[in-house]
Formats: sequence, C-alpha cells, structure tokens
Amino acid sequence: MAVGYDVEKWKYLRRVLERAGPFTDKDSFDASMVKEALKDVKILVIGAGGLGCEILKNLALTGFKNIDVIDMDTIDVSNLNRQFLFRSSDVGQPKATCAANFIKSRVPDVNITPHFCAIQDKDIDFYMSFNSIICGLDSVEARRWINATLVNMVDWNNPDTCKPLIDGGTEGFKGQSRVILPKMTSCYECSLDMLTPRQAVPICTLATIPRQPAHCIEWASILEWPRVKGDLKMDTDDPEHITWLYTTALKRAQEFGIEGVTYTLTQGVVKNIIPAIASTNAIIAASCCNEAFKLATNTAPFLNNYMMYTGNEAVYTYTFEHERKENCPVCGEQNEPTNVTIRKDVKLGEWIEELKARADIQLKRPSLMGLGKSLYVQQPPQLEEKTRPNLEKLVSELVGNGEEVAVSDSALPFSLRLRVLYE
Amino acid sequence: MLKIWHMKQKQVAADAAEGPAKRRVTAAQLRAQKDITEISLPSTMKMDFPDPDDILNFTLTIEPDEGLYRGGSFEFTFAIGSQFPHEPPKVKCKQKIYHPNIDIEGNVCLNILREDWKPVLNLNAVIVGLQYLFLEPNPLDPLNKEAAEDLKNSKDMFARNVRSSMQGGYVRSERFDDVRKR
Repeated sequence: MAVGYDVEKWKYLRRVLERAGPFTDKDSFDASMVKEALKDVKILVIGAGGLGCEILKNLALTGFKNIDVIDMDTIDVSNLNRQFLFRSSDVGQPKATCAANFIKSRVPDVNITPHFCAIQDKDIDFYMSFNSIICGLDSVEARRWINATLVNMVDWNNPDTCKPLIDGGTEGFKGQSRVILPKMTSCYECSLDMLTPRQAVPICTLATIPRQPAHCIEWASILEWPRVKGDLKMDTDDPEHITWLYTTALKRAQEFGIEGVTYTLTQGVVKNIIPAIASTNAIIAASCCNEAFKLATNTAPFLNNYMMYTGNEAVYTYTFEHERKENCPVCGEQNEPTNVTIRKDVKLGEWIEELKARADIQLKRPSLMGLGKSLYVQQPPQLEEKTRPNLEKLVSELVGNGEEVAVSDSALPFSLRLRVLYE
Repeated sequence: MLKIWHMKQKQVAADAAEGPAKRRVTAAQLRAQKDITEISLPSTMKMDFPDPDDILNFTLTIEPDEGLYRGGSFEFTFAIGSQFPHEPPKVKCKQKIYHPNIDIEGNVCLNILREDWKPVLNLNAVIVGLQYLFLEPNPLDPLNKEAAEDLKNSKDMFARNVRSSMQGGYVRSERFDDVRKR
C-alpha cells in the first residue's frame, strides 16, 4: 500500500478513495486499485497561463503524481497578477519550465515535466502516452488542433487510444468547462458554431472614417504595417513592433480627433487579448480538475458534458449534454475514412474508373487529392490539365500506404475520405 | 465507461500495431477542394495554380466584358489559411489599380471577405463578389477615397480616369499599372 497517500495530508482524499459514495458507479469503482490508478495516471496540461497555473496547483494537491505541462510562451510582467506560479524574477523565462519548478518545489512527490514548445511540435506518440489531457488555452486554433488530433487518434481496436479531453475556458466573468470523450461525445469542432464571431469592422471604415480608438489600431496593423513594412512579418510579442503600431495609430487618432489610443490598448487589439479575471480562472480550473480526478478514479460520475458558468449577470450555471454533430468535419461518422485496398500496379486512371463503377459511392466526375497533393482534379480546367499526366502513374507512386485520399464530386453532398491500403 | 483506464493498460502494447499510421487530409484542404471543384467560371474569369499540389494558394484573373473596366485583365491572389472556412480566404489584387473599393496596395473592400464572412459561404461567392466590384464600383464603401469621390462627383470623369489608369497612366500624381488585356 505504499503509494504515498497514507500520510496525514491525504486524510480527506482517502475518504473518497477508500469507499464508494452514493453516486459511485459500483461496476467501475474498485477500492483496491483506485489509489494505484491515481498514482499511475499520466496527465497532460496544455497551457501554463491563467488557467494553467490553477490547474497545475489543483492537480498536484489532489494527488496526481505524473503531470506534464506544455506551453510555448514566456512570462510577461502583466501575467504576474494572476499567474501565481511566477515571480518578477521569472519574467522572460518559459512558462512551462517555471511552473514545473514551482510545483516541484512545493509538492516534491509530483513528477512534473515541462515542454517549452508549441503543441503542434509534438507527435502522436507523445499524446498517446497520456491518460488524459486538460486544456487551459486562450486560442480557438490550438483547441481545434488538439481536438482533431485526439479524435483522429481513436482506434476502436484499442480503447486506450480514446483520451478524455477536459477543456476549460474563461472570458471575463464567464467561463465553461467540458469533458470530451473523442468519438463518444460531442467534440470541440461539433460546438464551433456556439462561438460568438469576433465583430469585424469593414475595412473601408478603417480606411476612411474611423470612429473608435480600436479602428485606428486596426488600421495601423492591417493596412499601414504591410504598406510601410512590406514583407516584414508582424510579431505581436515584439515591443518594437507594438510601439510602431501604437505611434502610427496614435497619429491617426489625433487626425480624426479620437481619444483613447494607448500602448496597452494597442497590445490588446492586435493580440486579441480578452480580460482575464483570476477568480473566474480559479472556478473553471477547479471544475476541470475535479473532472480529471473523477475520470481517473471513478469515485463519482463525471460531467456530461458541458458546464457553462455565467458570472457577468449575477451568477448562473447550467450543465447540459452537448450533442454530437452528425456531419462534424472532425468526429462525424460520415467523415470517417473508408478503407480501400488496392493493388500496387494499378494506375490512377484505372482506379478512378473502378471507383466510378462502385455502386456504394455513386461518383460521376470525381476529383481526388492526397495530403497536400493533387492527384486528379477535374475542375477548373487549369488544374485538370496539370494533373492529367497523373492518370498514367501508379497510385502507389502517388499515395503512401495508409494515407488518405479526399474525393469530391458534384454527386456527393460532402467529401469522401478514402484510406488507401496496398495489397 | 472509462474503466478502460487502468485495467486495460497492460494490453496496449500488443494492440498498438494495427496497420500503417493514419494520416489525414486537413479540414481546410477538404473544404477548399470541394469549393474549387464546384466552381464553374464564366469565360471572363480564369484560375491558375502555380503549384498544382497546393490548392490553397492560387490566382484569379478577371477580364470584364462590360462596364467601365472592360478590356482590363485583373489578377488576384487567394491564400486560404488553415482555419478556412471559419476564416475567410485572404484576397489581394496583384496590380496597382484605380478603383474605389481596392486601394493601391491591393487591399479589397468586399464585405464577405471580412465582416460578413460565414463558413457557409464558399469561394464561388467570393469570386462572384469580386466580379461584381468591376461591374458596379461602389463609392459608398471606399478604400480609395479619391476614386470614390471622383465617382460621386462625375461619372464621366471617373470613367476617363479608369481608362487612363488601365493604360498605365496617371490619375493626379499616382501612376497605375497597365492592365490591358493582351
């Protein structure tokens, strides 16, 4: 029983670990194994910012022993008010590393491994090595990436490839936490249309009649930067670039008699910074970590599957089951690739004829593309001409074993995915 | 449901080798492929793909056969990002032209390229919108303010300016690109 939960500080944790509660699912709760399970669970925290600091602290203090944290950012002085694992002396250092060191110094029996890089830099094997993933991100793009990656990893021959994703998010006084079981419950992509689109200002308003300080800043970044700086890529983390945008926007604001352009606002507009409130982060992170704990231990039923927290108009929380979207481009069943086995000596043209003859897919004029490769595209004529020579090539020269081919056709309301396997 | 966690851990290694690794086509490519193969261009427009394997970057040439811009050949670059269709494609005019809704840097003011973009819109809608800009330049949403003022003040003078700009001439102190159809 020497798994490290016997000491006094885990006394209250032991109460939930050692006996089932009224809502515990008796079939999946096993008091003899649960401590072992919690000790062995390997969890990945994505983001070591406002939510990330809370999440890491909570996990370490609820008995998780193996934690990895990944974040590509370095610490900015403006983070220090709420990202409490960092000190002024850490400014400029990687968030992941500093957060890991701090946790390690306070909770020494936790194995915590930092990764100072983008999530896209890690491969499938990396994500496969965790039992669960918690996200405390501020970017839709990163969420979509990790969601799609985890969904694509699922292989029903091996249930361990289904990695629960717990996603937390906050904006001011509002937030949400959700549990995504890839391919089993609705995924992040399924709910994408719930996002309020960012209100874009017509580009002609920016160019001619700015009315707000933000219009002047957008004008500076969207129109003036490329005009003056040419191909130089804008880096929103570079203080010199922000300063240039700020002074350019300020001049414009003065021309139009607009007040309120500041350096901070400039940073806020170009980086699309949303106000972060420490206590909202704490609420959402607490919910996420409780879900992680329940998933790992089966001590109580976990969230099914979406909890929204609305603190901006008094307090209102609502939990509901967000349903899967049938035609979700990431987890929808119709987007599941169909395996097709073909001979190595079949030419692309012959294969297309074979596909057209298949009664189960009913194609008329199919266009085929591989991963970043045009195989045969019938429309527009310029692409048809350029891809026509491929018809004489062997499919095996063009598509790797296991690679996907996307088929579009006027007869198909969606795109068909085929996964090519060779005999 | 998820007791798979601890208990199944032991058998993972055995099951892992199930065929070659899955490699999937991105959602942006999938949608762009569908959009592109469904476009049917009128004879006044042409698409070109400098790299036929990269359908996310291409050019569109518009040669209006009516209106003030008749006889010109206007080239636009399309860049479709990884967030397409949740983000609109980035469209720029490659030439320096005199047009109320296109500035001299090539930025285009078309509502569906920015504030009114929706994922249900497709590339065809953008192409139709661009074509429309040459048939009905709109002085109320100006990006080139002077051109818009000219159009508002006198349609005849605006038409003359369009003609001379398209031949590579000057309008006021600004010299434009020769965009005559060859």
